[in-house]
Amino acid sequence: MTRLDPVALGVFIALFLFVTVLGFFASRWRRGDLTQLSEWGLGGRRFGSLVTWFLLGGDLYTAYTFVAVPALMFGAGALGFFAVPYAAVAYVLMFLAFPRFWSVAKAKGYVTGADFVRGRFGSRSLALAIAITGIVATMPYIALQLVGMEVVLAGLGLHGEWPLIVAFVVLAAYTYASGLRAPAMIAVVKDFLIYATVIAAILIIPHELGGYAKIFSAVASAKLTLPTDAFSNPGQFSYATLALGSAMALFLYPHAATGVLSSSSRHVVKRNAVALPAYSIVLGLIALLGFMALAAGVQAMPRYAEGFKNFGNNYAVPALFLQMFPSWFVGVAFAAIAIGALVPAAIMSIACANLFTRNIYREFFKPDCTPKHESQVAKIVSLVVKGGALIFILEGQAKTAIELQLLGGIWIIQTLPAVMLGLYTRWLHHRALLIGWIVGIGAGTWMAAESSFKASVYVLHIGGIALPCYAALSSLVLNIAVSVVLSLVFNAMSNTRNDTTAAEDYA
Amino acid sequence: MDGGKKGRFRLIHLLLIVPFVATLWVPFYNRTQPDLAGIPFFYWYQLLWVALTALILFIVYIAEGRE
Repeated sequence: MTRLDPVALGVFIALFLFVTVLGFFASRWRRGDLTQLSEWGLGGRRFGSLVTWFLLGGDLYTAYTFVAVPALMFGAGALGFFAVPYAAVAYVLMFLAFPRFWSVAKAKGYVTGADFVRGRFGSRSLALAIAITGIVATMPYIALQLVGMEVVLAGLGLHGEWPLIVAFVVLAAYTYASGLRAPAMIAVVKDFLIYATVIAAILIIPHELGGYAKIFSAVASAKLTLPTDAFSNPGQFSYATLALGSAMALFLYPHAATGVLSSSSRHVVKRNAVALPAYSIVLGLIALLGFMALAAGVQAMPRYAEGFKNFGNNYAVPALFLQMFPSWFVGVAFAAIAIGALVPAAIMSIACANLFTRNIYREFFKPDCTPKHESQVAKIVSLVVKGGALIFILEGQAKTAIELQLLGGIWIIQTLPAVMLGLYTRWLHHRALLIGWIVGIGAGTWMAAESSFKASVYVLHIGGIALPCYAALSSLVLNIAVSVVLSLVFNAMSNTRNDTTAAEDYA
Repeated sequence: MDGGKKGRFRLIHLLLIVPFVATLWVPFYNRTQPDLAGIPFFYWYQLLWVALTALILFIVYIAEGRE
């Protein structure tokens, strides 16, 4: 049983209160008319390079990432490191495609990716498919932020449901009041805490453990690199496809789109693609914490037995911090993770709210709604989404949330042809894209179901070769193939286009 | 491929292929030696490529701005 440590808890609560005040104060920051969706839900598209850097950093590198990536390294070894190449090549894609997305969204007043698809392809059903995919893929992601928070709360000795409820009610309140400005402001604090924690961790822990050579020698040599046989599972092919598929999916997530669209110019988007890899280096160092936890031998210590029993390998990093850091710094490090859960949870719920309001509510139920009404609906939806995630975790469905999030990656990547290829060409036919989307989701879900939703890698049998491939990537290839072939057919039948965007909107 | 003038494809963009090849061609770095201060090659190589990816993006960003 983890004892309550008053010093760690005190520091943790103080930092938590500080960001709460900040969250409410944020509504006054760069004051805008919060009854407009682009103000509440995109911060008025006014964030400069630095704020966007903090916001996207806080948004994309979530608490769950900080807990789960080292946990994967702790359990599976080298395979878990795929997060690093993933977090490198994702920015190349961001650099190429997303300045165009920003420009067309600015020119046409788009708030979501589905808005863009609606304007580009003139199809309500395709836009609806994109919006629903975004919402469904993001909701379990919000729930997982709660899992991240739950783990550190338990590490502090806080058990039961109420701490989690309090944290989320507070979060819901300031997101409602301040919109995207709240997580943008809190992200700055979060990032300072994360950088401080990581720097302390890589300075103190290897020293305590006797150096990096010692740390890596604690890892079973078979887990230190990937199997040399190219086609083993999991192996090198799974590693590369996981990295590439995850990178392609990352900026299709609604919360990433929200972060990109809230910036003040397309140059801010490009500069951020250059500067955000700084977080990826931090992520790589955090991944190594998994090995440090192995070397520290925390799993065998009776002190942490209960934590490992309740949270599995996700408890590796909290246990490592408890073992290695003085109490007050445990408070800082755990606050970094907990606040690291609040920022993405807020942005994700805002992104879901934007999607629901713009692409479902206004599109299908109330086309004549006023901007004020639209913004009000979004605020309420952001509450509902967070409430749903909270209930889900309190009901003990963390495992389901993990499985759904695995599926979420497979689903969200199916929007790539419409959203990302759509930024470059309108040649693809909207009906072909919709059928491609259905085929991709069906195939990807089936592949994940084959492993009972435990593994995202599915072994393809091509010409006698067994190729373990990330299901998101293989189903996307199928999706694109269907979209292209059917576009040839549909385009031959009729060549009318309902594209309301013009070439100059993208520049 | 592109309608707008500003986002037009340029030769310098080919540089952006490099991070994909360098980080996704796993057999190239799937080994422990040479290590760097005790960190096996597999790990420091990929961390290094995060920094190099940022550098390549920076070069392309500057080159784009000049035209």
